[in-house]
Amino acid sequence: MYVAVKGGERAIDNAHAWLAEERRGDLGVAEMSLEQIREQLSLAVNRVMAEGSLYDADLAALAIKQSRGDLIEAIFLIRAYRTTLPRFGASLPVETEEMACDRRISATFKDLPGGQILGPTFDYTHRLLDFKLAAEGQGGAAAEAPASGAPLPHVTEFLNKEGLIQQEVASDETPPDLTREPLEFPANRPLRLQSLTRGDEGFVLSMAYSTQRGYARNHAFVGELRIGRCAVEMEVPELGFAVEIGEIELTECETVNQFQGSKTEPAQFTRGYGLVFGQAERKAISMALVDRALRWEELGEDNVGSPAQDEEFVLSHADNIQATGFLEHIKLPHYVDFQSELELVRKLRAEATEAMSEAAE
Amino acid sequence: MTQNGQYNFAYLDEQTKRMIRRAILKGLAVPGYQVPFASREMPMPYGWGTGGVQVSAACLTADDTFKVIDQGADDTTNAVSIRKFFERTADVAVTERTSDASVIQTRHRIPEEPLSEDQILVYQVPIPEPLRFLEPRETETRKMHALEEYGLMHVKLYEDIARHGNIATSYAYPVKVEGRYVMDPSPIPKFDNPKMEMAAIQLFGAGREQRIYALPPYTQVVSLDFEDHPFDPSKADHLCALCGAEHTYLDEVIVDDDGTRMYVCSDTDYCATRRAEGHTGTMGTPFTEDAA
Repeated sequence: MYVAVKGGERAIDNAHAWLAEERRGDLGVAEMSLEQIREQLSLAVNRVMAEGSLYDADLAALAIKQSRGDLIEAIFLIRAYRTTLPRFGASLPVETEEMACDRRISATFKDLPGGQILGPTFDYTHRLLDFKLAAEGQGGAAAEAPASGAPLPHVTEFLNKEGLIQQEVASDETPPDLTREPLEFPANRPLRLQSLTRGDEGFVLSMAYSTQRGYARNHAFVGELRIGRCAVEMEVPELGFAVEIGEIELTECETVNQFQGSKTEPAQFTRGYGLVFGQAERKAISMALVDRALRWEELGEDNVGSPAQDEEFVLSHADNIQATGFLEHIKLPHYVDFQSELELVRKLRAEATEAMSEAAE
Repeated sequence: MTQNGQYNFAYLDEQTKRMIRRAILKGLAVPGYQVPFASREMPMPYGWGTGGVQVSAACLTADDTFKVIDQGADDTTNAVSIRKFFERTADVAVTERTSDASVIQTRHRIPEEPLSEDQILVYQVPIPEPLRFLEPRETETRKMHALEEYGLMHVKLYEDIARHGNIATSYAYPVKVEGRYVMDPSPIPKFDNPKMEMAAIQLFGAGREQRIYALPPYTQVVSLDFEDHPFDPSKADHLCALCGAEHTYLDEVIVDDDGTRMYVCSDTDYCATRRAEGHTGTMGTPFTEDAA
């Protein structure tokens, strides 16, 4: 006699218990603390904060620990938590010109006011495994110089003063909110930038790379890349003025792209923009390239049919939480649909066989 | 607040539920029209019923009795998971009995037992756009709906007939609602399509795609077809091996290494109820509580 499979509930409970055991690993090895993750895996923490759209390093560290280092799973935990949080208001726009920079480089000028600051970068490390690190982590203190405290002007502003780069018009219009309104097309630039900054790093990187390889090529110079801390200010109605409520680390990238010109407009450089939570320069540069590619229409370029120019394609597929959920849902039972397909294929085959034997007679 | 005190009733905050209810009401006012809504990230993955869960969360009250099925069964893992979620966050009564439930969330099936006017059926929807696989762009498909331009769909069905001799769609079979909108009934087998003209309210939630649509009670729902190729709500040509039913949708189960098949009702509650009433199939034994 056949007994239908039962016990889904017990199976789920057992799976969760096993998962918890696997997460902890060998009990003979010391458990990681959240502080260790936050301090020593800080770039993973940054990615989880950026794509989780929540600036909280401790929660991101917890999510990484809980997800066994699966960063998309960690981002998912943060997103799900984030939706339950009340909103107190909106901050003023951050002034990245006043950023206390750890790193600030320009690829377009050899030197510039404020100077080039290399900062803590992997760029010129030789990618050789450091076996000393396996034995014991020794943290040597790096040399320090006094901070100048002077604001570092944006490189693109120098071009702007000469009229060499397309002007960005300031606007006080309230930008749409991707997390509170359904995404609809056409999307304006603030909405596109919101989508890109929380988009999957791998996806945005590949989209950007495709533009470099010729799919809507628009040669980008890194006008400036800066990483540092910015004050976040908020206007409190009871006070009537803005107060600083904290500071966040940001990576900002401004690209200077191929010039455009027409009979009426003299040639000008154009811009792409990337801004991401934490130290995330690969993501910020990628974002700037994709932003630039998506601006083809407003800049009067041709749509050459490249994926990175296609707003609906890029924005609909950039979110890794949506993507992984839908991709992985095909693990769920589908036997009802499959059964209906089985019946259909059997029917079609029976009819075809019948027709063939009739033709043979 | 629920017993665990950490989350609002049914997880979502009241503002979000209000936003979802507005979308539901709009959907009921324009049957078959896909209403965009600001879907939230839920604590379960997109693609696993987040749209249905948000619609259920917006509908549930403390007095409701909730049932969840996946593939027609109450005990499939994801159905168990969603039922548990609402037990935990809304503390509502749950049941496996179709007739006892006031809100039923489903994936891929409509219960066999006819529903009544005081019930709500909530569908989980993966891709709400029936035209999506013919035209991937939302900007285009929205225009096509607005202009009632459904020629592409008819051409697709016609090409099926030209190529295969039959319409080669067996689930998520497109329907036309009140002679206006072409609608995706979610991936239910086409066997279930005729049941959609029913007494209960039907709500469809697509979380990842941020759409809600709805059918008020007794709405006209017509499966697309041609005069010379009428719609055929087919099913496996067998009886349920457990309860002997000849009129239910069946799962095909492989029972031994030789590939012997048996067919059983996909609606587990319906099958168990019939067996409790004394119906027995070729491989079934009389129903006892223990066996369930």
